[in-house]
Amino acid sequence: MGVIEKFMPLLMEKEEEGLLTPLLQTTDCTFAYIKYNNLYIVSTTKKNANIALVFVFLHKIVQVMTEYFKEIEEESIRDNFVVIYELMDELLDFGYPQTTDSKILQEYITQEGHKLEIQPRIPMAVTNAVSWRSEGIKYRKNEVFLDVIESVNLLANANGNVLRSEIVGAIKMRVYLSGMPELRLGLNDKVLFESTGRGKSKSVELEDVKFHQCVRLSRFENDRTISFIPPDGEFELMSYRLNTHVKPLIWIESVIERHAHSRVEYMIKAKSQFKRRSTANNVEVVVPVPADADSPKFKTTVGSVKYAPEQNAITWSIKSFPGGKEYLMRAHFGLPSVVCEDTEGKPPIQVKFEIPYFTTSGIQVRYLKIIEKSGYQALPWVRYITQNGDYQLRTN
Amino acid sequence: MTDSKYFTTTKKGEIFELKSELNSDKKEKKREAVKKVIASMTVGKDVSALFPDVVNCMQTDNLELKKLVYLYLMNYAKSQPDMAIMAVNTFVKDCEDANPLIRALAVRTMGCIRVDKITEYLCEPLRKCLKDEDPYVRKTAAVCVAKLYDINSQLVEDQGFLDQLKDLLSDSNPMVVANAVAALSEMNDASQSGSPLIEMNAQTINKLLTALNECTEWGQVFILDSLANYSPKDDREAQSICERITPRLAHANAAVVLSAVKVLMKFMEMLSSDSDFVSMLTKKLAPPLVTLLSSEPEVQYVALRNINLIVQKRPDILKHEMKVFFVKYNDPIYVKLEKLDIMIRLASQANIAQVLSELKEYATEVDVDFVRKAVRAIGRCAIKVEQSAERCVSTLLDLIHTKVNYVVQEAIVVIKDIFRKYPNKYESIISTLCENLDTLDEPEARASMIWIIGEYAERIDNADELLESFLEGFHDENTQVQLQLLTAIVKLFLKRPTDTQELVQQVLSLATQDSDNPDLRDRGFIYWRLLSTDPAAAKEVVLAEKPLISEETDLLEPTLLDELICHISSLASVYHKPPSAFVEGRAGLRKSLPARSQEAVHEPNANQSGGGATATVIPSQDSLIGDLLSMDIGGPTVAPNSVTSQQQSAAVDLLGGGLDSLTMNNSTSPSGGPSQSTTGLLGDIFGFSSAQSSMYIPPKTVWLPADRGKGCEIWGSFSRKNGQISMDMTISNKAMQPMAGFAVQLNKNSFGVTPARALQVLNPLPVGVSHETSLPLLITGPVQRMEPLNNLQVAVKNNIDVFYFACMIPMHVLFTEDGQMDKRVFLATWKDIPAQNEVQYTLNNVQLNADGVVQRMQQNNVFTIAKRNVEGQDMLYQSLKLSNGIWVLNELKIQPGNPNFTVSFCTFYAVLPHHICTTKYLFFFNNWLFLKIFKLN
Repeated sequence: MGVIEKFMPLLMEKEEEGLLTPLLQTTDCTFAYIKYNNLYIVSTTKKNANIALVFVFLHKIVQVMTEYFKEIEEESIRDNFVVIYELMDELLDFGYPQTTDSKILQEYITQEGHKLEIQPRIPMAVTNAVSWRSEGIKYRKNEVFLDVIESVNLLANANGNVLRSEIVGAIKMRVYLSGMPELRLGLNDKVLFESTGRGKSKSVELEDVKFHQCVRLSRFENDRTISFIPPDGEFELMSYRLNTHVKPLIWIESVIERHAHSRVEYMIKAKSQFKRRSTANNVEVVVPVPADADSPKFKTTVGSVKYAPEQNAITWSIKSFPGGKEYLMRAHFGLPSVVCEDTEGKPPIQVKFEIPYFTTSGIQVRYLKIIEKSGYQALPWVRYITQNGDYQLRTN
Repeated sequence: MTDSKYFTTTKKGEIFELKSELNSDKKEKKREAVKKVIASMTVGKDVSALFPDVVNCMQTDNLELKKLVYLYLMNYAKSQPDMAIMAVNTFVKDCEDANPLIRALAVRTMGCIRVDKITEYLCEPLRKCLKDEDPYVRKTAAVCVAKLYDINSQLVEDQGFLDQLKDLLSDSNPMVVANAVAALSEMNDASQSGSPLIEMNAQTINKLLTALNECTEWGQVFILDSLANYSPKDDREAQSICERITPRLAHANAAVVLSAVKVLMKFMEMLSSDSDFVSMLTKKLAPPLVTLLSSEPEVQYVALRNINLIVQKRPDILKHEMKVFFVKYNDPIYVKLEKLDIMIRLASQANIAQVLSELKEYATEVDVDFVRKAVRAIGRCAIKVEQSAERCVSTLLDLIHTKVNYVVQEAIVVIKDIFRKYPNKYESIISTLCENLDTLDEPEARASMIWIIGEYAERIDNADELLESFLEGFHDENTQVQLQLLTAIVKLFLKRPTDTQELVQQVLSLATQDSDNPDLRDRGFIYWRLLSTDPAAAKEVVLAEKPLISEETDLLEPTLLDELICHISSLASVYHKPPSAFVEGRAGLRKSLPARSQEAVHEPNANQSGGGATATVIPSQDSLIGDLLSMDIGGPTVAPNSVTSQQQSAAVDLLGGGLDSLTMNNSTSPSGGPSQSTTGLLGDIFGFSSAQSSMYIPPKTVWLPADRGKGCEIWGSFSRKNGQISMDMTISNKAMQPMAGFAVQLNKNSFGVTPARALQVLNPLPVGVSHETSLPLLITGPVQRMEPLNNLQVAVKNNIDVFYFACMIPMHVLFTEDGQMDKRVFLATWKDIPAQNEVQYTLNNVQLNADGVVQRMQQNNVFTIAKRNVEGQDMLYQSLKLSNGIWVLNELKIQPGNPNFTVSFCTFYAVLPHHICTTKYLFFFNNWLFLKIFKLN
């Protein structure tokens, strides 16, 4: 039948050859696909398509459908195929993505099926300059929640040298505001401070800032003002990235002694290198172990250790880890006398944590001005949290 | 309640059941039935039989139902075109519905139905919808124009939709503008003429830039992509567009960012590279590119492939960002490999230490492909950053000590390249390499190792043993290995001639006698001949100093790179191929970077090379690593100036036996006997018909008789005028119908004669007409020895059939105009030519005196060097040169009054043959010359 019939065989073939890329070329067309759960979401093109757009769009489909159906997998596709057809109709036309904002879509493509007498109308937002917010939204209590979340990415080599560390920050908002409010967000942005003669105040140099489409980019380019009409509800207003040279927040030293054919011993030392008055919560140190290790034995003063054979790893969990402390854990495994044929990689140690009321970068929300023509008073709430991002420490 | 129930249907009479449900009076039941139909369609069942019943449900005020019916129509209209017409009325009506959602739905669906009859009805509604009051309808109609263009481009142009679409570029609604732009770009790309349908002007660009700030993220991509196709009129306009686009780099959508990068990269080309603006842009481009590496892996992949291009075009942008390309443990393999590529590109003296320690880490991972590439990368670093070479080599040695099979092999391949870049520097490690000889099972690694042994044979005591060990399974080896082994042993022999004679004989005979591979045989013959005639020359050729390999071996060719920069974020940028390589159909408008306009005013000549003007000089493609192994022959052939006096050195004795038998074989065989050759050449030249004043042209003979050519008769001959050999033919049509489409092909032949252009014959050739044509020939074609030597096999094709025939090239047309040899050279050569290369003959019945002979011969490119009178006999010394570089010297003895001449011939060649086969000529040249050309009896 269709060209899509060729997709799975080709995919298998490439996978076997170890040449799998997100693009598969056939004589008829190119497949661009992503995998989500047990589903492949595939697009085809015969032209020199904008492939970045294709992939971003495929991920957008996943996002929209997740917001519609909670989970997308084979079953939810079957259960909702009529709506999915309708959605696809609005999401793109002749290969050109159209409306992909699920909040707006939900206003005229609903899951219940329409009552026969009332026909749906297109929300103004579909073609408005403000395509992400509908008019006439009403709340009794006008509130805005701002979460500043910083994820720390770290890559350290086995000698304990930090190869790379960066902070990826995001400002997430939950907006419960009536009408069409105009918001202005003030940060302690270094470029702004310097241009307005406040160079001496504590400020942060944001290396690369990305904004939600609601933010007026040219305005930011001109005078660093972050001004926007927010979508309703939850969304990510902006993200930023900066390279830091600060100490890794949680440092792990590991000593691994492998005695071939008999046992392997781990000594893991975790050190918190942030201020004493802060505390990291839900710290997890995930230490990979050989697949054929057996009879685990652990010893630790703090927290608990679990062996997860399915992941070939042990997880050391510490509920609360105050700054400036150092904890130790020892683990012991037996190894079989017959060595397994397959060579194993050396997965790194990974660390998970959350430190509330704290940002590594020192970014601060100075103000959030909310102006709506009805003149209501709204309350902004701000939270700060630092957590692990891609936090990897290579082992010997 | 879920929709999944629609997928479960009863098997028997399913269609029948659905039919009755579709025709039910109850709306609810109808709707359920349509859903079942769509469910069946979705899983690939054929429900086209229900077409009329489904179309009947189309007139409904239920939007959901309507959408489903439309969906069905899109799928099946093409297979049921006649019935699809039934739907037209409803479509047209829906296009005027009060609800814009329905108007848009109708026009959107109609555009997707590729049935001519429906397309006809689409025009009017489409025209209205393009002017609809609701922007939602207008934006849908805009895309519909592109759909229509895909079905029937002529219709779009005739109906004036292009102008309407152009008007939409100024629409008040940014979404409408964005879709209109997208539709226009699509049509421009598909346009048959290859020229854009609508030219953008500064005014439209301005409107687009305004809409850019207001439309959705996708609309921004459409607008940016279309801006990338615009050529600003000067650098000022380019800069102002760049300024207005730069804010897009802060967009959260990766596609918006990459499209903005594309426009900036392209327009930057027009700006002076030392301007503040360009250096500011260069700084601004890095962070967004780096951030793309935090997106989804597929987007990362696209970003990395593009960064690969950007790094080649403007290395400054990311030169400080090496670390972000370090590989993470959980990156997908395709991301890892791309990151590795970019790491090598960014490697420099400043960061090499970090890079190396990373690469070493990667080389101990488990994924074989990745590990191999990491090892290769270490080698490339060594070649690229000279200061790091030593560390790279020691890293590679460490890796070899791991004894992991594929790591060792890969390391040896790259070490060979390191040797080629830094000769005589790291040879101390050879012994370590030799320890791993047994583990090498991949051809490339074996060939590399053999190359190393051959190249440094004088420093490896047991080189002969090592090479001999490879020789055992010679015929089971890959060609690459065989060729390398042959060369290496010859090198070894030249370096240590005393004790390796046996080995070299062995490999030469393996290569020349037992092999079916022509490359191997020919290389074998060349070596054999070189060694036997002139070992000094052999040394010069085989042990010649090789050029160092260049650093950047895998850069894209600059014009391709420039083209790909114009395609950033598209499929082409990921494939690293121009769109024409994978998009079917239209040859496509090649995109190229704009040239700097302002410079032209100040320096009138600076603009010639266009966008490539700033490109750095890059070594040619043939220096790719893959080709390195074959360079012994292909590359720096050092031609010995002229082989003169050393002809009969010890080398002949050395190889005595083998060579003799070879020569004997050839010279004693009375070879093939005279076939249908024309009258002897000299006789012809000397002219029994003496009315000629220029080069002798043999009369035409029948090459293809009419009965064999199905009515096509060809007479032909060869001539040489002003150094141009031509094949002159008279082609006659003796059939009952006109002939057309003549073409000619020549088989490989002894002198590499090949057509210089296509055969030009009256097309069509009417019945009974003869056409004279002359086909100029080149001597650059493939060479293959023919029997007899001047035999030429020809294939002529016309609309009736293909015909094959053979003819003889008269030897004298191959005599070149520069066949006059210097007197002294002649003398020296005459003496030195071995006796076996000399033949005597008598020409009978020549009615010319000595001067007449000189003149006549000169006209035929046989030049008289000297004339002597000895004891009443005239002695003429003459030289001629064949088109393949072989010299022939002769001596004519003329007794006045006696019509019988005595001729002595000598042959030798002074130019190292550029055709491998030329070596073989030597063996039979004398023999042939007399039997075929100067055959008088």
